[in-house]
Amino acid sequence: MFPFDYHRATTLEDAREAHAAAEEPAYLAGGQTLIPTLKMRLAQHDRIVDLRRIPGLTGIRRDGDTLVIGAMTTHQAIADSPEVIAALPALAAMAASIGDQQVRAMGTIGGALANNDPAADYPAAALALDAAIITDMRSHKAADFFGAFFDTTLDPGEIIREVRFPLAEAAAYAKIRNPASRYAVVGVFVARTAAGPRVAVTGAAGQVFRHEAMEQALAASFSPTSLDGVATSPDGMNEDQHASADYRAHLCGVLAGRAVTAIVGAGSR
Amino acid sequence: MTVNVSMTVNGQSISRDIDPRTLLVTFVRDHLGLTGTHVGCDTSQCGACVVHLDGQAVKSCAVLAVQADGGTVDTIESLSAADSPLHPMQEAFREHHALQCGFCTPGMVMAAVDLANRNPDPSVEDVHAALEGNICRCTGYDPIVTAVQAGARAMNIQDGHAQDNG
Repeated sequence: MFPFDYHRATTLEDAREAHAAAEEPAYLAGGQTLIPTLKMRLAQHDRIVDLRRIPGLTGIRRDGDTLVIGAMTTHQAIADSPEVIAALPALAAMAASIGDQQVRAMGTIGGALANNDPAADYPAAALALDAAIITDMRSHKAADFFGAFFDTTLDPGEIIREVRFPLAEAAAYAKIRNPASRYAVVGVFVARTAAGPRVAVTGAAGQVFRHEAMEQALAASFSPTSLDGVATSPDGMNEDQHASADYRAHLCGVLAGRAVTAIVGAGSR
Repeated sequence: MTVNVSMTVNGQSISRDIDPRTLLVTFVRDHLGLTGTHVGCDTSQCGACVVHLDGQAVKSCAVLAVQADGGTVDTIESLSAADSPLHPMQEAFREHHALQCGFCTPGMVMAAVDLANRNPDPSVEDVHAALEGNICRCTGYDPIVTAVQAGARAMNIQDGHAQDNG
């Protein structure tokens, strides 16, 4: 690791000031991506601003038809939460599939969303469920928030406070995990909402995206067989040592089918 | 830059001035001399470095010591003193031949104790899920899974007896 100075923020304002006063600062949430990145010297920051002790950034609550999760809530807390399991069981199951037990004990939803790894899981849930990402400055719609390859609409220094997930009638997430990193080779989150079915795909391309052809097919008839013949173009799909673009395009259909099957019940296909 | 960190490690209050980039695993091994916690892959894959931070298993190679400031850290050394009987989970690993070279064992045992704390009678699938982040290159895992199940039950019985005795 390159040297850095360390600031433990006590309030959001304190964090913003410490961040603004440095040349190349980084916020530290759970650190499960940032610390390995620093160790490999893939990043160099003159200051690390630790958000972990700022009060009020953890916790899970229901607000009417919305599930509200504090940014510093860990993946494990989301996976284990009775509120999440009752309101959005697909989100709890998705959180339980991230990394491993020890990573989930440290990693946070806010950190994962701010990092926006193109193979991360939460972006698919946030996009499919039309979540709002609330910062110390404003509210971002998930549809606008995620850019290509780690980019987001967060301004420098902006801090995620909480994520608001509108509840779905039903939802499921299916993914093929890279067995070493446990990131999604491809992951598909399907939500059945009052506004119609929504299908969000992560891991396949440079950023999470909605699969509109699948959404239209599912709107006509919400069943796995509706997806038969819905093509996914390999154009723009990621191609690496783990999977070709063609294979990732193929997995979009396979995993969407699994998610829809999980929603409607395994007996229907 | 140095920062002061204070925490409770294996029941003892400690305080040190450290470089903020000090990893928790470096802190317990090199600063405190607790070398039972191992550095295996150093890339968050292998789990040899698992310790408990505030009661939860974490990978101490992916945690800064400053993140543990004010907290409680328990390492493999916390389970049993040199001259006392093994912890039930350690005893189960010995009994079921759940180690060969032993390098991964401290992390395996700490991950297993974390599981047993949450789940006193884990199924084979529960053990597989809990040990997903721990790699062993010797055993082929089967004896580890058997040991973790036996160790969790033994911990549960011991806790039950402790409660019975009042």
